[in-house]
Amino acid sequence: MNVVVCIKQVPDPNSPGQLDPSTHNLKRDGELVLDPGDEFGVEAGLRLAEKHGGEVTVISMGPERGLDAVRKALAMGAAKGVLVSDDSLAGADALTTAKVLAAAIRKQEFDVVITATESTDGYSGVVPQMLAGLLDVPAVTFAKSVSFEGDILKVERQTETGVDVVEAKLPVVLSVTASVNEPRYPSLKGIMGAKQKPLDRPTPADLGVDGLGAASAGQKITAVEAAPQRAAGEIVTDDGEAAKRIVDFLAERKVI
Amino acid sequence: MAVGKTWVFAEIVEGTPAPVVLELLTKARSLGGTVEAVALSPDAEAAAAELGEYGATTLHAGTDAAYAELLAGGPSADAIAALATAAQPDLILIASTYLGRDVAGRLAAKLDVPIIANGLDVVADGEVSVQSSIFGATQNVTTAFLGKKPAIALVRPKSFAAESGGGGAASVSPIAAEIAEQHRGARVVERRAEAASGPKLEEAPIVISGGRGLGDPKNFKLLDQLASLIGGAVGASRAVVDAGWVPYSMQVGQTGKTVKPDVYIAVGISGAMQHTVGMKNAKTIVAINRDADAPIFKLADLGVVGDALKILPQVIEEIKARKG
Ligand SMILES: Cc1cc2nc3c(=O)[nH]c(=O)nc-3n(C[C@H](O)[C@H](O)[C@H](O)COP(=O)(O)OP(=O)(O)OC[C@H]3O[C@@H](n4cnc5c(N)ncnc54)[C@H](O)[C@@H]3O)c2cc1C
Ligand SMILES: Nc1ncnc2c1ncn2[C@@H]1O[C@H](COP(=O)(O)O)[C@@H](O)[C@H]1O
Repeated sequence: MNVVVCIKQVPDPNSPGQLDPSTHNLKRDGELVLDPGDEFGVEAGLRLAEKHGGEVTVISMGPERGLDAVRKALAMGAAKGVLVSDDSLAGADALTTAKVLAAAIRKQEFDVVITATESTDGYSGVVPQMLAGLLDVPAVTFAKSVSFEGDILKVERQTETGVDVVEAKLPVVLSVTASVNEPRYPSLKGIMGAKQKPLDRPTPADLGVDGLGAASAGQKITAVEAAPQRAAGEIVTDDGEAAKRIVDFLAERKVI
Repeated sequence: MAVGKTWVFAEIVEGTPAPVVLELLTKARSLGGTVEAVALSPDAEAAAAELGEYGATTLHAGTDAAYAELLAGGPSADAIAALATAAQPDLILIASTYLGRDVAGRLAAKLDVPIIANGLDVVADGEVSVQSSIFGATQNVTTAFLGKKPAIALVRPKSFAAESGGGGAASVSPIAAEIAEQHRGARVVERRAEAASGPKLEEAPIVISGGRGLGDPKNFKLLDQLASLIGGAVGASRAVVDAGWVPYSMQVGQTGKTVKPDVYIAVGISGAMQHTVGMKNAKTIVAINRDADAPIFKLADLGVVGDALKILPQVIEEIKARKG
């Protein structure tokens, strides 16, 4: 079972993001991390490959610094990494991103392509289905559990109202939620070993997708404004009477 | 300048359009031009009257039974792509639900057109733009489509209030799309509903949400008790959903539901921006948290610094006492 996992480096979600005031692109000069959502994807890929044979390849598109995220995935256990970085791809929209990723995925042998359901910084949440459309395979999205039996991938899939159990033939694109597993930490051995693992750095031209980039993007940010914020209200510290204050407050608003 | 032709992707649940579809139709009407609905579901035609009332003149309906047995996103996107190539809508509005996101992504890839996601408003002013908010709703961003058509906007539920336009039933135009063989490779073999009681989270006038600060899943019982006393629904932070304490259907926030109740009570929730985007438009917010510096207090109309496990039982007793 060969698995490709798409991973992205994002600004640390614990520190608030910022847009570059002139280009409106996401600023990437703060602390960067492997998207916590993608750790679930890497883990899901590793578990499939460990149990059913085959290898995990991680693919990322983004600036040079994204190598750190790729190395982290290699340290977790992925066999090889692919990073596509090119100045022309700065500010790429979701469809451009998906085209580059799909071109890189086509160069690999894959049975399953795994993504997170949405990225932590952009959270457009449409790249997984775009990939499936471009690769012309079905997508099973929002996976909460994944297993492989016979030659069928069995997925419990989150829905608005519950869970759907889905059976899918390979190849397939799979997007995973944060309840799918508990990602492992890279071991010291893994971290040391990651440095020796193959790392491929194709250009968009190598992949046959040059000339995409921002210039071909079908959309443009035209304004960024501070959103109106709520005014802070009354704060009380519980001295045994806070419950009464809450009930009074609800009564004032005619809720009870 | 008005939009010439807007399509609304209509998710149909048991013959009825999902509430967000009526919200999108209401918005589509305000953009001017023709408004049409597209639905792929065995019972799609049953929705023609309601879709028409909210503004759709035509319902493009695909009623193949397979839409209910397969994962509907892929085949729906294929059908809409084929239809859009012939009928050339300018704008397609799709709700950011599970199905909506699946349809939108694949549709954009098929048609090679852009998507703007997480929309909170759509403006047609010469060009079509979508407003969204980023960084925990601290900033509003306007993004314009640059001409490739159709433009696809994914819009979050609860962005618009649904208002009837008083129109008659939409005329049904059947879609006869073949479902590609590849989509038959992924089937739904079982559907399990998560148990829910009381009012629906998105519709309840009062929402009481619990987070990791409740310490243990069994303490959610306190929220259930309070909710049934005052006619509320119980929600949750993602931390406790991921931990398996409560089902996902209860999650409020960026990757969960958006709620706009009269009163939102956050109990043991820190107030991470991914949570607050889903509840900051509540009319009134009450927060109980042990940590005086918890960010949730920045939004609260009434903030109580204290132990929720001590305060909640007292609140329940006090309400019972006052009700007599
Ligand atoms: C891409 C992405 C999407 C996300 N989407 C969502 C989403 O949709 N919804 C969501 O909620 N989160 C979401 N999150 C997660 C979010 O960032 C927070 O991690 C999460 O909301 C925290 O949940 P919490 O407040 O329950 O837990 P914590 O942050 O751990 O907070 C627990 C709080 O309880 C308080 N507390 C502890 N004990 C008590 C007590 N006895 N009495 C009173 N208070 C007590 C603590 O002071 C603390 O403030 C998302 C994150 C990412 C990266
Ligand atoms: N630049 C990228 N490089 C690699 N994977 C990506 C990239 N952008 C998105 N993805 C994958 O697609 C998922 C959804 O992203 P998005 O649709 O942008 O919210 C992410 O969690 C990743 O798994």
